[in-house]
Amino acid sequence: MDYLKAFVVGGIICVIGQILMDKTKLTPAHVLVLFVTSGVILTAIGIYEPIVNFGGAGATVPLPGFGYSLGKGVIEAVKEEGLLGAFTGGIKATAGGVAAATFFGYIMAVIFDPKTK
Amino acid sequence: MAQKKLGSQTVSFQNPPSILSTASIVGPKEGEGPLKDYFDLIIQDDSWGEDSWEKCESKLQIEAVRMAISSAKIVESQIDYLLAGDLLNQIIASSFSARQLQMPFLGLYGACSTMTESLSIGSMLIDGGYADKIVCATSSHFSTAERQYRFPLEHGNQRPLTSQWTVTGAGASVLSSSGGPPYITHVTTGKVIDPGIKDANNMGAAMAPAASDVIVQHFKDTGFKPTDYDLIITGDLASLGKEIAEDLIAQEGYNVSSVYSDCGIEIFDNEKQDTHAGGSGCGCSAVVFNGYIFKQLKQKKLNKVLLISTGALLSPTSTQQGESIPGIAHAVTISNKLD
Amino acid sequence: MKNINQKDYEKYVNSKAPKPTLLKNCIWAFIVGGLICVFGQFITNFVMDYGLDKKEAATATPITLIFLSALLTGLGLYDKIGKKAGAGSIVPITGFANAIVAPAMEFKREGFVLGVAAKMFIVAGPVLVYGIGSSVIVGIIYLLLKA
Repeated sequence: MDYLKAFVVGGIICVIGQILMDKTKLTPAHVLVLFVTSGVILTAIGIYEPIVNFGGAGATVPLPGFGYSLGKGVIEAVKEEGLLGAFTGGIKATAGGVAAATFFGYIMAVIFDPKTK
Repeated sequence: MAQKKLGSQTVSFQNPPSILSTASIVGPKEGEGPLKDYFDLIIQDDSWGEDSWEKCESKLQIEAVRMAISSAKIVESQIDYLLAGDLLNQIIASSFSARQLQMPFLGLYGACSTMTESLSIGSMLIDGGYADKIVCATSSHFSTAERQYRFPLEHGNQRPLTSQWTVTGAGASVLSSSGGPPYITHVTTGKVIDPGIKDANNMGAAMAPAASDVIVQHFKDTGFKPTDYDLIITGDLASLGKEIAEDLIAQEGYNVSSVYSDCGIEIFDNEKQDTHAGGSGCGCSAVVFNGYIFKQLKQKKLNKVLLISTGALLSPTSTQQGESIPGIAHAVTISNKLD
Repeated sequence: MKNINQKDYEKYVNSKAPKPTLLKNCIWAFIVGGLICVFGQFITNFVMDYGLDKKEAATATPITLIFLSALLTGLGLYDKIGKKAGAGSIVPITGFANAIVAPAMEFKREGFVLGVAAKMFIVAGPVLVYGIGSSVIVGIIYLLLKA
C-alpha cells in the first residue's frame, strides 16, 4: 500500500513540475529552486508534514521533500538550541544528501566523460 | 560614386568572382541525414581524436579549408585572405584554425549568417581588385554550442519542439578572380531586425523577419523575380521559421513557395533524427551550400541559387538579462551564367 | 518588413508554434516520477528492515538515490530518461544529483578547480542558496513566534 501511495503522491508532484515547465518559460533550475523553497515554507506552516505522513517517499524524494527536511530540521534545532539552531538545523538535517551529491558528483566527473547526443 | 551598388542594399559585381571549389566536413549525426552523399568527409566520432570539442571544431575548419584549396588545384600560399567565423566566444574556432593555417586572416562574426557574410565580403574584395584568391569558411559543433548556450550534455532536460539542433560541421569555399562557373553575381547585405522574440529556443521565429526583409530587398534592388531562381534557400530558420518567412515574403507580394527551402530542414530528417525543428549553426548553411548546393550547381541541376544564411545575434548574457533576440541575414546570388 | 509590431508578431508566432504535448509529457512525468519515489520507498523499507530508525532511513534513502543518479548520469543514461520523463526525472532528488554531475563532467577540460568543482553548482547552487536561506528565515521566525 505504501508503494502505491508513494507512486501517486510522487507522480502528482512531478506533474505539477511538468505543467510549470511546459506552460511557463521556467527553466529546470527555476523549477528546482521553486520546489525546494515551497517545501520549506509548506513545512513551516504545517501543510507538508501530513503529505509526508500519507505519501512517504512519494513526498520526501521529490525536491519539496528536500525543503521538508530543511524546514523540519531547522524547527527542531530551534526548539533545542534557539538562535544557533536556526543556522545549523537545516544543513544538519540535509548534510547526508548534500555531501553525497558533492562527493559522488566529483567522483563521476573524474571517471566519466560526457557523450555527444 | 559606388558604381557597383544596386538599389539600397545590393552589390552587383562587374567581374563576378568564380567559386573554384568547396569542401564540407560533417559530424556523425549529419552523416546519417538525407544529404549524407553530398558531404566530402563524415567524421566517425565527434571529437575527431582531439581532446576537446573546441579543438575538434578548429580541426574541422582547418581540414575543410585545406580540402577546398587542394581541390582548387592551388597552394596555400596563393590565398590572399582567409575569411572565417564561428559561434564560440571570441570566435576561437576560427582564430585558432587561422593560427595553424598562416594566411592573412579576417575573423567575422554574424552568428549563423557568417557563411554568406564571408562570401559577400570575399566577393567584394576580389571584384574590388584587392585579392585574387580568397577562402571563406565557417564551422559549428553541437557540443561546443550546447555548453555555451544551453545545458550540459548529460543534463536530463527536455528540448522544446521549436528548438533546433546545432550542426557539427565546417564548410569552405575558394573564391577566385578567374575561373569557370558558378559565379557570385550579387550580394544583398541585411539589416539587424529584432521582432522582440525572447525565447532562445525559438530562434527560427527570431530570424525569420530579417531573412524575409533581405530577400524582399534583394528582389526590389535587382528586379529579379522569385521564378528567376531555381532555389532560394535560407540558412537555419528550420520548420517554424521557414513557414513564417514564407508568410512575410508573401505579404510583400512575392510568392517564393515553389523554389524556397531551408538548409536547417534539408540537413536532418527531423522525425527520425529527433532534431525537433531542424538544424542550426554556422555550419548548417556552410555544409549544405559547400556540400549539396555547390555540387548541384556544378552538375547544372541548379543554375541560379539565392543563399541566405541567417543569424540570431544573442549571447548567454543577453538572454539572461532578458534581452530579445535580434536577427540578421545576408543574401548571395550564385549563378552558372553571367548576364 | 514594414515595422512589425512586436506584440502582433508574438501572437502570430505563438499561433504557428507547435504546442508541447502537455498530456503526454504529464503522463510520462507522472509514471517516471512516481516510479522513482516507489524505488525510494523500497530503499526506506529495506534499510529499516535492517534496523535503521526512521531518521537514519531518511538520510540513507536520498544518499542511495543520489549515488544511483550520479552513476546513471556518468554512464550517459540519465539524460535519456530525462528526455522522455521531463519533470518526472528533474523534480525528484535524483534530478538534483543529475544537475550536479552533468556540469561537473562537462567542464572537466576547464580544470578540476575552476571547471569541475566550480561548475558543479551552477544549478544545485541556487537550490542550496534558496533552500538553506529560507530554512534560516523559517528558523528565525519560529524563534520569534515562540518567544
